[in-house]
Amino acid sequence: MGNALINVPGTVKRGETFEIKALIAHPMETGFRPGTNGTLIPRNIIQRFTCTYNGVEVFNLALSSAIAANPFIAFFTVATDSGTLVLRWTGDGGFAAEETVPITVTT
Amino acid sequence: MDHGPLTTTRRTLLVRASGAAAALALGGAVASPAAATPQSLAAAIKDVVGNAPLRTGKVTLDLPPLAENGNTVPMTVTVDSPMTAADHVKAIHVFNEKNPQPHVMSAVLSPRNGRAQVAVRIKLNDSQKIIAIAETSSGDFWTASADVIVTLAACLEEPT
Repeated sequence: MGNALINVPGTVKRGETFEIKALIAHPMETGFRPGTNGTLIPRNIIQRFTCTYNGVEVFNLALSSAIAANPFIAFFTVATDSGTLVLRWTGDGGFAAEETVPITVTT
Repeated sequence: MDHGPLTTTRRTLLVRASGAAAALALGGAVASPAAATPQSLAAAIKDVVGNAPLRTGKVTLDLPPLAENGNTVPMTVTVDSPMTAADHVKAIHVFNEKNPQPHVMSAVLSPRNGRAQVAVRIKLNDSQKIIAIAETSSGDFWTASADVIVTLAACLEEPT
C-alpha cells in the first residue's frame, strides 16, 4: 500500500530552495459515491501528509475528500544539511506509510 | 382564480430574489444565485480566519479555467512572501464552493520551506469557485479565488 514516487534532487547547494514532489498510489475514496449495490462506499482517504528533514518537520498537509485519487503533492524546502527526508502519510482505518529519501547538500 | 394572488406573490418573490442575486454578483459576468457563498463554506472559512479581516492579494491560485475532468484538476497555490523568521506564511488553506465538503486542504508552512508554494491535484464536483487563504506570521489573512468550469464532474463515474 505504500507505493509512492518521490522526486527530490540528488544534490543541492546549502541554503538553496528545492522542490519535493510526491505521487502516492491511493484510491482516495471520497465516501460520497454509491457502489454497485447502491450503498455508499466507505471513505478511505489519506488524512495527513508530513515531511521531516533530519527530524524537523518542514511540511504538514491536511488532506480531504476533495484531493484527487493518487495524490500528487509538491512543496519546497531549504537545504540545510545532508541527511534524510522522511515522508509519512496516514489515513482512514489506521493506514500509515512512509518513505525515506536521502539528500546530499554541498557547500 | 384562487391561485391568482399566490402566483403573483411567488412571481414577485422570484423577481426580487433574482434582483438580489444580481446585486450580489458584484459585477460578475453571470448573475447566478449560486455565486452566493453557501453557509457551510462561510462557516469553514470562519473556523480558520475567525473575525480577522480577509484581504485580497499576495496569494496566487493557479487553476485551469476549464477542466475537462473534474476527478483530477491540478492546482498550485503560491503566496508572495520572503519566508523569513520575521515574515513568513504559517498556513495555506483551500476551500471550494460546491463539493460535498467545503474543505480541500490545509498546509502548515514555516521559514524552513523557503518558498510558500504548494501544488496538489483536486477533485471538483461542479463548475465552481475555489478560494485559497494564506495566514502570515503577522496574523494577517490574504485570499485569492479562481473560477473553474468543469465538464466532467467528479463523484459521478461508476467505481471500477
